Amino acid sequence: MHNKTINDTHIGDIGQHQGLYVPEPPYRPGEVNDFSHVYIPPVSASKMPPFTAKPNDITDLAYGLIRVLDEDANAGGEWHINIEDDILIKGLKDMLLTRMFDERMQLMHRVGKISFYMKCTGEEAISVAHSLAIDDEDMVFPSYRNQGILISRGQRLIDLMCQCLSNVKDNCKGRQLPIMYSFKNLNFFSISGNLATQFSQAVGWAMAEARKRGNRLATSFVGDGSTAELDFHSALNFAATYNPPVILNIVNNQWAISSSQRIAGGERTTFAARGIGFGLPSLRVDGNDFLAVYAASKWAADRARSGYGATLIEFFTYRVAPHSTSDDPSAYRPADEEKTWPLGDPIERLKAHLIKTGAWSEVLHKALIEDYTAMIKSQYKEAESYGTLKGGGRPDVTTMFEDVFEEMTPNLVRQRQELGL
Amino acid sequence: MAQMNMLEAILSAQKIMLERDDAVMIFGEDVGYFGGVFRATDGLQSQFGTERVFDTPISENGIIATAIGMSVNGIRPVAEIQFADYIYPAFDQIVSEASRLRYRSGGEFSTNITVRTPCGGGIRGGQTHSQSPEGIFTHVSGIKVVMPSTPYDAKGLLISAIESNDPVLFFEPKRLYNGPFYGNPDTPSVGWDSHDKGEVPEGYYSIPLGQADICRSGDAMTIITYGTMVHVVETAVKQTGVDAEIIDLRTLSPIDYDTIINSVNKTGRCLIAHEATKTGGFGAEILSIIQENCFWKLRAPIERVTGWDIPYPHAFEWEYFPGPHRVVDAINRIMEA
Repeated sequence: MHNKTINDTHIGDIGQHQGLYVPEPPYRPGEVNDFSHVYIPPVSASKMPPFTAKPNDITDLAYGLIRVLDEDANAGGEWHINIEDDILIKGLKDMLLTRMFDERMQLMHRVGKISFYMKCTGEEAISVAHSLAIDDEDMVFPSYRNQGILISRGQRLIDLMCQCLSNVKDNCKGRQLPIMYSFKNLNFFSISGNLATQFSQAVGWAMAEARKRGNRLATSFVGDGSTAELDFHSALNFAATYNPPVILNIVNNQWAISSSQRIAGGERTTFAARGIGFGLPSLRVDGNDFLAVYAASKWAADRARSGYGATLIEFFTYRVAPHSTSDDPSAYRPADEEKTWPLGDPIERLKAHLIKTGAWSEVLHKALIEDYTAMIKSQYKEAESYGTLKGGGRPDVTTMFEDVFEEMTPNLVRQRQELGL
Repeated sequence: MAQMNMLEAILSAQKIMLERDDAVMIFGEDVGYFGGVFRATDGLQSQFGTERVFDTPISENGIIATAIGMSVNGIRPVAEIQFADYIYPAFDQIVSEASRLRYRSGGEFSTNITVRTPCGGGIRGGQTHSQSPEGIFTHVSGIKVVMPSTPYDAKGLLISAIESNDPVLFFEPKRLYNGPFYGNPDTPSVGWDSHDKGEVPEGYYSIPLGQADICRSGDAMTIITYGTMVHVVETAVKQTGVDAEIIDLRTLSPIDYDTIINSVNKTGRCLIAHEATKTGGFGAEILSIIQENCFWKLRAPIERVTGWDIPYPHAFEWEYFPGPHRVVDAINRIMEA
């Protein structure tokens, strides 16, 4: 049965008896891509248990696919919970702004204004809907493709831009690669750049919250590739052991730079199913379906806040963007792959749904794009006026030796003098 | 004042900090109900409850990662890694996360974790219960590295470590837990009641991080050491009758430049002794500091007495351990040069 419901071919079907088996993605550059092997259950197939359900009674959710929006942009199924139009429209706007912001920053990289960038194209619903389904007070331990959370929580674009420009207004003081944000004001933890380390930290944060009898939860994100890291397993283990209020999210976007999710062991079973061995409730969700992401995140948040502990969620999506500006996907996957992704585009799907329900229109959408275009342009112009990495306006170099420790240590004092500062 | 061995001093420091600061939480493998395999947390869970003192899964990575996460949520975690030899699964969390969090976030986030871990050999522990990996961590910017050599220092330094808003790695030379070790395994063990620094105040006190201790003043030469080797060096100095100044670093990072430089400039001769392996060890850093700052005052080549560059061998423990005879030979060479 599971053969039919997981997302990929089953290793056991391959019948490999000799030699070392090394998984390959189904198609490589030059081949005609075909996602027909990806099984998409109908919207009606996903049962929605109460959030108080026992993990062992709902293991089927780790192998299915929670969906709300069908191919015709109609909402249905048990996971179709009541979400106010205001939230849906905000979600649509935030996703659109995230995508447009990404495009602008990618362009700024191309013209040499910033040194690096990572877009989240196609994955906007995961950050934005999740963010809207939890509280702004909840602590996010992000991965590097969660800019949608910052935008949804209302961080000014100019603050993100200044970080990417490593200029005098960069709140990370020019110490981090572009997009490795840290925004304590928005309960958004410092992005490491080392993969999955934040996953187990989120569990620790939630353990502290449990001891404090607080009502906040922690949420964290990793990619499909990073589930192979030690920290992923530590996180699930500690979450299972101590039952803290945490949501552990896997963004399965099919690709870890050039390695398909099969290289992370994604061929045998689903990533959500990793949680079953730990006794954690584990959901597998259409990550391109805003309504499904919202409902699943809300379910996990309600569960965490009610003392039922952690939930593991796999958001099944597709990385439309290159890994980063240093990456060229045409070297390892078919050029048109993203166009054939069977679960569509999250913005287009929500937009179509809201137009169908009468909450949105093409006219409003077009006007919004115009507004955002002008806003991004003016914010970027202002951000650049504070400086760029190459063009002057970097943070004061004397700050380079600060914040290594709370107080500067004698070796750093000496070295700062040696540099002549 | 009370008589305490080093374990009792470490236990006392933790108990005091649990009493003084509700944010302190203590955890690690076997530290809860059982009180730790060395008994360094004995009785703390029954006194302070399971939410503040508890057992963890056998996951050093998870222990340090969750400690970091807790610290971001207002907790002051004290994590035990059962043996320093087992710290490596936590290496990424220590090096890439705890040590850099304040810096990389522009000072927005920081972590105050204290990581306690028994280190060093001389207990028939073989290569998995004897290592001294401090030099691996002194190479890392953003984390403080401490190694006491007496109960008095252990308590005062551990309290400072827990109070510090920076991450601190607190290495405990386990051969010194029950008494000073003078380097000869064939002589009967003595307890800390035989040593001045086995006298430990029962209440709160702290010793600042970053300050070395001159445990013997002298003019003929300087010996810079830390941990178990402090006592081995004292034995050797007594045997030679040389008027050596012995510096116990106590904190390796940040290092106390002034105490080292002033002493070597005064004596012109220097020996460095540590139990850890030689190549790339912390002794090399001390040696470089001296050469950079004291070269024109030196009257003899600087020497290092260290463990050999091999894993700690079970059957050849005392051939590995840099015992008093090796220190004596080095002292004599340096004095004759």
